[in-house]
Amino acid sequence: MTAIVEAKSVSKSYGGVHALRDVTFTAHRGQVNVVVGENGAGKSTLMKILSGAEQPTSGEILLDGEPVVLASPRDAQARGIGIIHQELSLFPNLSIAENMFAGRELRRGRRFVDAARQKHKAGEVLARLGQHGLDPRKDVGELPIGQQQLVEIGRALLEDVRVLIMDEPTSALSNHEVDVLFEVMADLRRQDVTVIYISHKLDEFRRIGDWVTVLRDGRLVAHESMSRTDTAWIVRQMVGRDPDSLYVRNGSPVGETLLAVRGLTVPGTVPVHDVSLTVRAGEVVGIYGLMGAGRTELVECLMGMRRAAAGQVLVRGRAEDKGTVQSRMAAGLALVPEDRQRDGLVQTMSVRDNILLATVARFTRAGLLSGGAEQRAAEAKVRELAIRSPGLAAGVTALSGGNQQKVVLARALLTEPVVLLLDEPTRGIDVGAKAQIAALMAELAARGFGVLFISSELAEVIAMADRVLVMARGRITAEFTADTVTEEALVSASASESVLEALP
Amino acid sequence: MTDTHVREASTAAAPEPGAPRGRALARAALLLLRGRTLVVLVILILFFGAVSSEYLTQSNLILMTKHVAINAILAIGVTFVILTGGIDLSVGSIAGLASMVAGGLLFKGLGVPGGTVFFSAAVVIVIGIAVGALVGAVNGIVITRFKVAPFIATLGMLYVARGLAQLHSNGGTYPDLAGTPARGNTGFHFIGVDSVLGIPVAVWIMILVAIAAIVVTTRTPFGRRIFAVGGNERAAILAGIRVNRIKIAVYVISGACAALAGLLLTSELGAAYPDTATTYELNAIAAAVLGGTALSGGRGTIIGTVMGAFVIGFLSDGLVLVGVSTFWQSVVKGAVIVFAVITEQAQQRLQSGLARRTA
Repeated sequence: MTAIVEAKSVSKSYGGVHALRDVTFTAHRGQVNVVVGENGAGKSTLMKILSGAEQPTSGEILLDGEPVVLASPRDAQARGIGIIHQELSLFPNLSIAENMFAGRELRRGRRFVDAARQKHKAGEVLARLGQHGLDPRKDVGELPIGQQQLVEIGRALLEDVRVLIMDEPTSALSNHEVDVLFEVMADLRRQDVTVIYISHKLDEFRRIGDWVTVLRDGRLVAHESMSRTDTAWIVRQMVGRDPDSLYVRNGSPVGETLLAVRGLTVPGTVPVHDVSLTVRAGEVVGIYGLMGAGRTELVECLMGMRRAAAGQVLVRGRAEDKGTVQSRMAAGLALVPEDRQRDGLVQTMSVRDNILLATVARFTRAGLLSGGAEQRAAEAKVRELAIRSPGLAAGVTALSGGNQQKVVLARALLTEPVVLLLDEPTRGIDVGAKAQIAALMAELAARGFGVLFISSELAEVIAMADRVLVMARGRITAEFTADTVTEEALVSASASESVLEALP
Repeated sequence: MTDTHVREASTAAAPEPGAPRGRALARAALLLLRGRTLVVLVILILFFGAVSSEYLTQSNLILMTKHVAINAILAIGVTFVILTGGIDLSVGSIAGLASMVAGGLLFKGLGVPGGTVFFSAAVVIVIGIAVGALVGAVNGIVITRFKVAPFIATLGMLYVARGLAQLHSNGGTYPDLAGTPARGNTGFHFIGVDSVLGIPVAVWIMILVAIAAIVVTTRTPFGRRIFAVGGNERAAILAGIRVNRIKIAVYVISGACAALAGLLLTSELGAAYPDTATTYELNAIAAAVLGGTALSGGRGTIIGTVMGAFVIGFLSDGLVLVGVSTFWQSVVKGAVIVFAVITEQAQQRLQSGLARRTA
């Protein structure tokens, strides 16, 4: 078994944050090398280094046993290392052939694009990917997402790629498309192409992978031949020991049912099918699942941002059928969104105005805003949530991620909700802020709120939730209590094939 | 939270030489940039005052301010729209349409079965403004309900409203708006011609509109929501703001302001013709931009817009007074507007740079 790419004692730090610590990684030639780890484990950083997008702080890269410096993605490409990012980087308005040759067009003479030769070459590559019938002149925007993924792979193959890095390529694919992709990967392996494959989906990569490497907190914790592992072992390596230390367990007594959802169905590209759930006072309920499982769509529908096709939402026993953001807010729901830059913050406004945004009408005297009352209300929330800011009048963008999240949380709390919905509340914030947000959630539950939160992190959801619901492909596939939940159970429920087969 | 301390400590440990002075300089530059419209206005006044002896006379200042009033009122309305991240290209045409509706009512009355009805000048003014508000509401509904981009929707309305203005008189002019005592419709000249306490009524109206607009934008929940919609529409929706209502409201305000400006212009001229206020939308948008309103929405002030209108007005009239050709006036005006946006961006950069250093 020969190594083609090796990272030797590679470390990478951004400012004071260590993204990678002394990682020695080997990709075996002509094999599918799977890299797994939770969010923030360092997978993407390692891949950026191997593809030339980032330089290691220390350590070296070996290619065919020779030390190399991959100064740029172009440099890496020239040495036969290609990468396919999770987010597709295609031009939907251009044809397949034009996409494959974007930025490196074949020329006729100096100025003119040789469209005929491009089309011919693109056709060859498509055939290599098993897409014999696909016309390279077709616009990429018209293709299903799976074929778009293949176009992206085709683009890498055109460069005579020897090592192909794929960063969660299946997150947006249907099961059939995943099968096609895996056939392509098996073909590539036969053609002596080395694949480095990043994934969250245990059931999937176990089918295709030859080697598995586990990263955790920037360190390489395991490297093993896939045949000598099982799912439970991999999960144990990913999660590590004792995640509870970081999170506060809610232990408050459970009261009346505050939120009841019955048979909620939401149409859309990521649909929600027939979801029922309850959240009681003093309870922290987690929803675990993979990207695209419909979790965000579910809470957005609960908050009135999406229309339900069927089903009922009851808050404190009363049906709330109007389904607008205003009516759901008045009923007692509040949502802290997943993407706070996109859905949470008004970047042009101050910290104070952001905190008061949803409740500004309360701080008026004779129809005019009362600066004093606004100031006092905002100050109270800043103290309560320990928000660190240069001042209430400062722009909200001057705050750190964790404090911005608290601003959005403060705004939600000011609406006096009974059930707080939090979509990935700890995403993109540092560990200290994470622990604070977790503590706040437990505290809110202790004060009698119902808390429903979405998380993609096994450790987090297991450590924080009294009850965990698992969503897969728009349905709730399993429910666990804090006593019965295990990583293995969550992972298998989140990738449940039985759900898929149950679909019409 | 701990990193705040760390950063403070590190800056204290290794102070850059001259950093405090650099920072003070940046602060001063920021202050100058923030007040740049005023600075430019003062420079304009000093310059033209030095070049022309007539420029700073009381009568010329009053005349120029009166010119400013009409554009300022249009621009205030447009500022509401731009603050939400929209644009209103139809205000000039709405002014023209309101002018023709009012002119028609004063000149030939309203034909009803059994005769012709004449309304008092005050009622005509109210009707004229209502027409503007109505057209604005149509803009708002097309934009929110049918999801047409504001640029396109109001560009369409620019043509539609102008066409309606021309249809109103079949292209002709209503030449006499004085009214007769017998019809009880005299007095339309009051708003555009008369003065109170030596200051034209039009200027008083501008002051009232500006004060009202300042109160609405800075002191009411509605105003706060306007900024929120322009700053981040999705966040505004999630905060329970009825974004569509806010948007319709700002186009109504813009239409009403446009109509009011059209009526002032008509009153001043003493006649209503369908081409009234053609291309005025550009001056209005220019005033708002000059006054620091960001076309991307969420940032801007009414007082800045008024100041912008003053700069444009005082610049144009000054150039006329000095005898610069109208062609050059156009060139200068355009250059000033682009320069204003460049300085706006410099201000934003400096501001966020300072904020980062303070944080």
